[in-house]
Amino acid sequence: MSSLLFETGEWTFDTLKRTYDAIQEIAVGEMGLDPYPNQVELISSEQMLDAYSSIGMPIFYHHWSFGKRFARDEAMYRKGYSGLAYEIVINSNPCISYIMEENTMTMQALVMAHAAFGHNHFFKNNYLFKEQTDASGILDYLNFAKSYIAHCEERHGIGAVERVLDAAHALMDQGVNRYGRRARPSLVEEQARAEARQTHASDSYNDLWRTLPPTGRDGAKAPGQAAARRGAPQLPEENLLYFLEKFSPQLRDWERELLRIVRNIAQYFFPQRQTKVMNEGCATWVHYKIMNRLYDLGKISDGALLEFLTSHTAVVFQPDFDDPRFSGFNPYALGFEMMCDIERIATDPTEEDRQYLPEIAGCGDALGALRNAWANYRDDSFIAQYLSPHLMRKMKLFKLEDRAAENHYKIAAIHDERGYTEVRRALASQYDPGPRDPNIQVTGADLAGDRRLQLTHRMHNDVPLAENDAKAVLGYIADLWGFEVELRGVGADDEVRYSYELGSSHPAAALVA
Amino acid sequence: MAVNLIDRRLNPSGKSLPNRQRFIRLAKAAIKDAVARSIRERALGDVESKEVVSIPMKRIAEPRLRHSSQGGDRDQVLPGNKEFVRGDTLPKSKSGEGGKGSKGSPDGEGEDEFRFTISAEEYLNALFEELELPDLAKAQLKDTAVVRYHRAGHSASGSPTNLNLVRTLRHSLARRICLGRPKAADLAALDEEIADLEALEDRGMAFEAQLAEIEARRRALRGKAQRVAYIDPVDLRYNRFEAVPQPSAQAVMFCLMDVSGSMTEDMKDLAKRFFLLLHLFLSRQYQHVDVVFIRHTSEAKEVDEETFFNSRETGGTVVSTALAEMRRVIEDRYPVDEWNIYAAQASDGDNYSSDSQTCLQLLTEEILPICQYFAYVEVYDPRQEEIFLSSLNVSELWKDYASVAPARPNFAMKRVFSKSDVFPVLHQLFAKTRKAA
Repeated sequence: MSSLLFETGEWTFDTLKRTYDAIQEIAVGEMGLDPYPNQVELISSEQMLDAYSSIGMPIFYHHWSFGKRFARDEAMYRKGYSGLAYEIVINSNPCISYIMEENTMTMQALVMAHAAFGHNHFFKNNYLFKEQTDASGILDYLNFAKSYIAHCEERHGIGAVERVLDAAHALMDQGVNRYGRRARPSLVEEQARAEARQTHASDSYNDLWRTLPPTGRDGAKAPGQAAARRGAPQLPEENLLYFLEKFSPQLRDWERELLRIVRNIAQYFFPQRQTKVMNEGCATWVHYKIMNRLYDLGKISDGALLEFLTSHTAVVFQPDFDDPRFSGFNPYALGFEMMCDIERIATDPTEEDRQYLPEIAGCGDALGALRNAWANYRDDSFIAQYLSPHLMRKMKLFKLEDRAAENHYKIAAIHDERGYTEVRRALASQYDPGPRDPNIQVTGADLAGDRRLQLTHRMHNDVPLAENDAKAVLGYIADLWGFEVELRGVGADDEVRYSYELGSSHPAAALVA
Repeated sequence: MAVNLIDRRLNPSGKSLPNRQRFIRLAKAAIKDAVARSIRERALGDVESKEVVSIPMKRIAEPRLRHSSQGGDRDQVLPGNKEFVRGDTLPKSKSGEGGKGSKGSPDGEGEDEFRFTISAEEYLNALFEELELPDLAKAQLKDTAVVRYHRAGHSASGSPTNLNLVRTLRHSLARRICLGRPKAADLAALDEEIADLEALEDRGMAFEAQLAEIEARRRALRGKAQRVAYIDPVDLRYNRFEAVPQPSAQAVMFCLMDVSGSMTEDMKDLAKRFFLLLHLFLSRQYQHVDVVFIRHTSEAKEVDEETFFNSRETGGTVVSTALAEMRRVIEDRYPVDEWNIYAAQASDGDNYSSDSQTCLQLLTEEILPICQYFAYVEVYDPRQEEIFLSSLNVSELWKDYASVAPARPNFAMKRVFSKSDVFPVLHQLFAKTRKAA
């Protein structure tokens, strides 16, 4: 009797269930993955388009920009310019994966291995997701957000809500806390600290200090000032949405809540932006392993394996830089190559690998090494740590230098002994959110005076902002703030490179028109 | 850890419809422009299909604070090195090489328009947004010969076919309980008791008395069962239907066209566009729209669409024949009380002068009183525009019709010179704020 899980491309709920169980046995039983419980939902292509437009979330508030996305995706799909994703997976507990009814059974198996185990494991175990997202609360929160915004629309009109949401969306990238908040000290720790301070004070007491004249800093006026400053903003502040929500002089309460909703959602997605390569690499490597294992166990047919390989190779295809299809690194390709490389280093290292990654080279436990990497790194640190010379040679990576002052590009480093470190460092910084996203902070807000808001863009390598966009966004900020706003670009030498200013009278209209 | 497999395919799709509506509201001005343009440019048979709308990016931009793709010092790592070694230089002017090409233009300014498709429905909504049927309400009230029956509760009288069994039996049961009609089971029990007693061998005095008593009881019960009927006429309930007058949901549209030699292809094309739009418009208002094509030279004939638009015929021009033919068709097939009648006449304005009087008489006395609306469009060759633009230079037929127009709110006339005029003319004829033109 055949032990195949499925014989034809047609799927049924029965084969889906059996295949899922077989995959789970391999993923959890053999590979030791640790995913959230799974919820796999079958949807039609039309529903997939719907899901696209609300960033894949099952519940989302309404806004015209999602309608725009829908219109564009639909047009592209109908004309055949782009296919639809095979799956969408949501970082929630239970982890929801959408799979499309049009997929063949082989694709369903691939998709379940990829999303329901690969991504799912990554969501549950990566430190960024653990620190910054709340997988079990996100759906409830979105539900709240949707009904709250609908309520606001009912009460204040769609136009008024849209005005705030438009502005908030424009600032979404600047609406995240880049670093996880420091854990609040517990009561016990607090007491221990107070005692330690007390002990230190009494231990180091010297009557001589009493004779020193009072300094300006902790003079008599200090206590009153401290109290006044408690409610004042801590500057500089890099989370613009947070700042506007807390300190804008003219927003009403419901408008602040809208900003908060957008900010929370931006924060929820922030880890995904920082782990694209790893996340996709992890999921792709997992599905690759699982599908091959299924084949080895005789549970899928030769035909199914071939079908799987066809779509797998299409997914991990990386065109060269001079290929017309090239549009940057394919996160699937880079991620998958790196995961395979780590596996190779762990099980079959060369002398070079032993020097480069002594802690995992030849350890034999590829899965252990990978699980550790998945849990404790994000894209930039992962590349800085694990991009091996072997892989750099394989992908023929090189670093191109573009200096504004010079009229030619320079090949600064290639995949050779002298260039490994430099190429690795440059690629890692390409994924580092520090240099990648513009560093814009609130540096001044004279709340007691003319309430002029001052933003400073600390320019990285003198790369400017896209001017038209920046001016338009400044209009939105001025609208939320209600008073004058200034944005200054400052270079590494503290020289001001550019400066935009904007009054508050209907700024968005004035700028956009 | 069992999987939770959920089939969501039957969930309603279109979850993102509110988003789309908001977007369309935002893009409305652009859609209107696109619709107006497409009316001018589209092929004739194509009005029902989808429309691609381009919107200037600026209206619907979603700006972000992001790095410009130019300026500053930047490093980039690229895959697929073939011949470069460290220290090579590449000229910047050829930005297609060196991996700089595919980044898009600076600031996204090159991204000039956002294209998307609106459905036929949305297209037509935009198209006919400001149009309405003239005097529809009045006409509906006047001609309400068509009735539809609606359920309207129950009644105590009616036709046997409408008998409501459930209600009837419920009343019957209530009445039987009230009046204490003996149940069949009770009677049967007594019968059995008597039979048992009679079967006994040993009969005494007490026995006879008992038998007599039981029989008396049985007689009383039987009597009562006969007096209290199982179903009485007072129990009967019928489903009641009420006749509700229905506004007629069907319309017939008469297309009258002059096909004499003086009508050129261009002019026919204009006429066809007008008919097409009118038909679309009516289809949205009525459940069912019939179209009757009548073409005329010196005599009129009802023809099918193909012949109407495509075959050529020569001859003189007697407009009244078309009106007479229209009247005949109405009498034959379209009773006035069941159909909303619309007529659109396209002509180049030529007519035998002796026909004027007949024509006007037919129109004012027979056609207009039964028509919801009669639109007359005079089509011109685009090249004649300059000559005929002035209001002095008008055709015979125009002059005749113009004398009718002021007194008749359901009669309208317009002149069409080019394709781009067709929709505006329809718009003027049916605009919501239309004065009695």
